[in-house]
Amino acid sequence: MNALKNSLQKLFYYPSAVFGLFVVFLLVLLAVYAMVKIPYDEAIRLWRGGEDVWYQNPKFAAPAWINYFSAEKYAESFAVNTRDGSLSSEFTPGAEGTSTLIAGHSFNFDYDTYPQDMILYFTSTYAEKQPFISLEWLTPDGRTVRIANMAISKEFTYRFAQDERLKTRLKTDDIIASLFSDPETGSLMKGEYQLLITGTTFEPGSTIDAEFVFHGQVYGLAGTDQARRDLMVPLLWGAPVALMFGLIASLGSSVLTMIIAAVGTWYAGWVDELIQRITEINLVLPFLSILIMIGTFYSRSIWVILGATIALSIFTGAIKSFRSIFLQVKESMYIEAARAYGASGSRIVFLYLIPRMIPLLIPGLVSSVPAFVFLEASLALLGLGDPVLPTWGKIIQDANSNGALYRGYYYWILEPTVLLMITGLGFAMLGFALDRIFNPKLREI
Amino acid sequence: MTIAVQPASENSVAPKVSARASTFLRVSRYVVVRVLTLFVTVVIGIYLTIVIANMGGFVDTIMKGEIRDRVTQTIINNPSYQSMEPEVRQQLIQDTIAAEEERRGLNVPIAVRNVRYLSNALTLNLGRAHNMTSDSGSKQVRLILLERLPATLLLMGISQLFLFFSSILLALNLSRHYGNFWDKLVVTLSPTSAVPPWFYGIFLILIFAALLKVLPFGGMVDSPPPSNPLDYSLSLLKHLALPTLSLVLSSFFLSIYNYRTFFLIYSSEDYVDMAKAKGLPSRDVERKYILRPTLPNIITNFALLIISLWTGATITETVFLWPGLGRTLFQAIGLYDIPIIVGSTIIYAYLLAMTVFLLDFMYSLVDPRVKVGG
Repeated sequence: MNALKNSLQKLFYYPSAVFGLFVVFLLVLLAVYAMVKIPYDEAIRLWRGGEDVWYQNPKFAAPAWINYFSAEKYAESFAVNTRDGSLSSEFTPGAEGTSTLIAGHSFNFDYDTYPQDMILYFTSTYAEKQPFISLEWLTPDGRTVRIANMAISKEFTYRFAQDERLKTRLKTDDIIASLFSDPETGSLMKGEYQLLITGTTFEPGSTIDAEFVFHGQVYGLAGTDQARRDLMVPLLWGAPVALMFGLIASLGSSVLTMIIAAVGTWYAGWVDELIQRITEINLVLPFLSILIMIGTFYSRSIWVILGATIALSIFTGAIKSFRSIFLQVKESMYIEAARAYGASGSRIVFLYLIPRMIPLLIPGLVSSVPAFVFLEASLALLGLGDPVLPTWGKIIQDANSNGALYRGYYYWILEPTVLLMITGLGFAMLGFALDRIFNPKLREI
Repeated sequence: MTIAVQPASENSVAPKVSARASTFLRVSRYVVVRVLTLFVTVVIGIYLTIVIANMGGFVDTIMKGEIRDRVTQTIINNPSYQSMEPEVRQQLIQDTIAAEEERRGLNVPIAVRNVRYLSNALTLNLGRAHNMTSDSGSKQVRLILLERLPATLLLMGISQLFLFFSSILLALNLSRHYGNFWDKLVVTLSPTSAVPPWFYGIFLILIFAALLKVLPFGGMVDSPPPSNPLDYSLSLLKHLALPTLSLVLSSFFLSIYNYRTFFLIYSSEDYVDMAKAKGLPSRDVERKYILRPTLPNIITNFALLIISLWTGATITETVFLWPGLGRTLFQAIGLYDIPIIVGSTIIYAYLLAMTVFLLDFMYSLVDPRVKVGG
């Protein structure tokens, strides 16, 4: 145990090991943060949610921080609501049971791109007579544009860009661009815009609530995808999933490989022969194809894929290298001594043979983590990711199938790939350093 | 990367007279046993693949449902059948479904079908695909695979051969200048090989196709393909650049590092020091004293490389839309096309078995300590 401790202390002589440890530590922190910040059920609800969850977000929006690096400033998104007062409103009762609502939101539009869309969501209560709404748009140069007058139902959505009457009135196809342009030059106009909502209800107790959703070109820290989902959810949750998959798969396969190799060498005879034959058969089986088949035909659940991965990774070349070392260890004196005092076979395997191998197990275990992490991402890229879990691979798949590279949504593909790359490199560097520490033959070189 | 054949050396003290006859006997007995065990291995491996490829009959249910849907739709939507009596039309649907199931062999019990697949596969009678067709319109599995083979051979051949030779040469060079800047650089960069090729592919597409717009996003030739052979090869080269580069990049540094470490271990042997002390030129030391004993391992790696040419690179081919075998296999799985899955697996298995078998003899040729069947 002391030797193990000493070896681990040597890690700090290797800069790459320090970097690797640092990355692994950060990943664990990220994973814990993700699980605390967004509990599992909430993450699934958000990831599987459609328009009802994500209606406030624009589609294909880059992260908001790109505005710091880009000369052209992209419009940021926001949403305001009369319920929480972020959309200021005043409700004044009038004569004969009628009431008037005046709500307005003014915002400073200081960007170089047009927003994607503007939408108003109304909810109202009434018994028979529908409330009436009129919308006005106040531009920085003092014009007032009449948008629409309409009666609203209990749940009513007004989409600026799709109002055909407004299109004819403004003589344009692109209402959003027209609303934010100088009518003379046709170019984008910066400044203070205001949306004015005037409503009338015709019954006592009748109410109107409005939500103004402004879809810019950028959103949040991570941006959004084709389904308006905030990419922060899968980016955060990708960390625990990747760590879980990588660690369980590498731990499971290498520990099982070692145990099986130890059992085979100790009992020798037909047990050993059987293990050797299974290893040769496993060599013939197409690993990736079988995983693809299981994913396509049977189940995409991450647990099934994890189990299959471990099962297929046990009987590989590693079993042969473990075996050759066990064959040497088997002849050593302390095993002889154990046998002499009458230790049982299983006692020798688990208490004498295997503990001797743990230092050799560690580097291989750490080094094989990236392969499994990337395997999960590869399967996701082929469309065989877990249908429920948000993972980094799923983001890449969504981005790839939506032509992110082709259409210039680079953030979408870069965020998960950079995270995956750092994870893979972190474990690989740590594994390399461990290999040099525990493998004396390499240390001399 | 170590493979099943670990040649054992033995000092047999056979009488000189019968040495030849006993060698022949030993070798032939060895060959028979080895071929038999390898064949049994292949049979079991293929049988397992077949069982997995139809998930113990689960895929049958999917296929039967698909046939039922498709046949019912075609017959109901066919205007010439509209005037038929409902019962007659129902009968027609049932008959067509039965015929279609018979064509796919779905009316035979799964166990029988598995054995049939197995014996067809082992005799390389690859049969006809269920759903996929080759570009020339054939349903023959053999033709479909042969049509995709050149694309995979081209991509994998160029990248793997380049990788193999360049890393051995560079590694030899580095082992000579152990500890210099380049050596340290390779050691530092070797963890980059933890990242798979398709990952580099995405970055390369981003840089060269999306940002710089100098190379295509994917595919194998321009569309429509140029008729002039020169233009055709230029277009091919342009499309080949990124996938090849990503395959090479992803294993380049680790490959050099492995060979370098390997050469270093062998160059620290006493006989190498002895040779140097004798004053042999470093070229001779390298060739005769360092490369020679590492030859079995280098040959093993080369043999595995040749096999990898056949399997292709499924995900890299998918990312680059490269029409190779790896992507075909992925498509076949998506279409439940068991004959293609089995066909490509059996060829891989045979190639592997043959390589393992041949390697035994190769070892005895390059290493005098090794005796076949010893």
